Amino acid sequence: MLAFTCQRTISMVFSMFAASLLVFSFIHLIPGDPASVMLGDQATPEEIAALQTKLGFNQPLHQQYVLWLQKVLQGDFGESVFFQTPVLEIIQQNSEASLLLALFSFILILLIGIPVGILCATYYNTKIDQTASAVTIFLASAPTFWVGLYLIYIFAVQLGWLPTSGYPPLAETQSIESFKYLILPALTLAFPNSALIIRLVRSSMLDNLKEDFVRTARAKGISNFDIYFKHVFRCAVLTVITALGFTFVALVSGAVVTETVFSLPGMGRLIVQSVLRRDYPVIQGIILVVVLIYLLINFFVDVLYTYLDPRIKLQ
Amino acid sequence: MLTLTTFFQSTFLRSLYRKKFAFAALIILITTAAAGAGSAFIVPYDPLAINPAERLLPPNTSYFFGTDNFGRDIFSRIIYGAQATYIAGIGVVLFSLIGGVVCGLLSAYFARVGLVLMRAVDIILGFPPLLLALALIAILDRSLVNTVIAVGATYMATTARIVYGLSLKIIAQTYVESAKALGASHTRILYSHILPNLISPLIVQMTFIFAFAQLQIASLDFLGLGLPPEIPSWGNMLSEAKIYITRAPWLLWFPGGMIVLTVLSLNILGDFMRDKLDPKFRNEV
Repeated sequence: MLAFTCQRTISMVFSMFAASLLVFSFIHLIPGDPASVMLGDQATPEEIAALQTKLGFNQPLHQQYVLWLQKVLQGDFGESVFFQTPVLEIIQQNSEASLLLALFSFILILLIGIPVGILCATYYNTKIDQTASAVTIFLASAPTFWVGLYLIYIFAVQLGWLPTSGYPPLAETQSIESFKYLILPALTLAFPNSALIIRLVRSSMLDNLKEDFVRTARAKGISNFDIYFKHVFRCAVLTVITALGFTFVALVSGAVVTETVFSLPGMGRLIVQSVLRRDYPVIQGIILVVVLIYLLINFFVDVLYTYLDPRIKLQ
Repeated sequence: MLTLTTFFQSTFLRSLYRKKFAFAALIILITTAAAGAGSAFIVPYDPLAINPAERLLPPNTSYFFGTDNFGRDIFSRIIYGAQATYIAGIGVVLFSLIGGVVCGLLSAYFARVGLVLMRAVDIILGFPPLLLALALIAILDRSLVNTVIAVGATYMATTARIVYGLSLKIIAQTYVESAKALGASHTRILYSHILPNLISPLIVQMTFIFAFAQLQIASLDFLGLGLPPEIPSWGNMLSEAKIYITRAPWLLWFPGGMIVLTVLSLNILGDFMRDKLDPKFRNEV
């Protein structure tokens, strides 16, 4: 267990190093001179030279990387070309909406995915199972933004129950009024992504139902309910844990689109706007933060998994 | 193992009839692809012709799907959109297929190459797909080819990993060993002993990649970072339609419906083929 954790830590540090190399080289992959691309057509040669010096482009590449890494480790992600403020500050300002959105949709995904998955496995190959499968395959095929636009049309425009877009930060409203703005975005994100959890719970429950311990439990006369919830469901939860990393990736991709549809001031919308503004330091900062979180999640999932299920020795 | 021709002749078409859904999905895909290919002969109006006098008309007899904010015929744009969708989608499929097969095969066959290439693949897969696409779009410009590259990068890495895993298993088989003992060249072993065994899992994989790629391209279009705005793709149409959601909801119906219909068809077809062709493969991925 300890050996595995150590080994996994080393491999995570290596991955972080590799990812940092890729994120660093991002700015240098821009065709032509990054400084003049960032400043646009109207920039004078002096301005371009100043930005080049500021970003350290006139030093050898390996020195630039070491310098950049030192700064990043100290929490200095550079300065936005558009806002002229530190990137980390901008990311922090935009993180509240994103984090709450991710949290709410994650809870929703579990609330939808696990019960429906259990239901499908319990009523395997009946009308209930088939309907649920049809609905999940439909939801997984619909573009996130289209679902979002329809939710706005129905619940915000036609029924007028919820606000159409935007998000006032908690510090401003001082009440749960802010959460109202997150209901539709969280639903938009949760619907397509719960499809994966439904399928996973369903298939892992079905797999586990074939196991010997289920037959033994049946032979002992344990009720169906207890077999499903005390024996089979526990094993199914393990599969759901492995899907955490995948769900995170899906949430990030979904959040980029959802935040744009609902005009939420979050990191997803920020990166889209930064791409349109060619604000490379901000794009670089967001990608770095997201990739680091992703690596950490995968690390915890792996460690947690070996801890919860000692039968499995991961390589 | 099946080769491409026997697989089309025998079990495939017959079992396809049995599964009505998969057959319907195939018909939908063929129809939309044909409509896209022959779009220039089908469309009643020029998809780019602006007609301010007839803007935002609901569906009627002369404009089947209504008109958009510039008075352009939505039906014609949907048909042209099929073309854009299929070109971009097939582009992503080919890009990831060729890149992935070359990377995966070489990595599995030459262990040292694999050490480097598979680490690179791991790093690429460490980035969420849409984020990687956004980063690539930020570097490259907005065009059809660049959209294909940006979206295809992730799927190339996934394909490479799958091909790598499958090839490793095939290489361990005795018939590869005996081919080597008989003095077969690397090219011969790769081309006639390993590659044919990859065909059926890859067909399944490409169907799903096509489906994912379509959603991904539509998302990029919607964000204003995919295909150039002058191309009438379904994603671009939705992107323009979003501000008219209350005045002209039909602007959302048709392009969105078409995306759902094609992606759904691809998913159904992929599911069906996976069950039929590759019962083993399902458990591995």
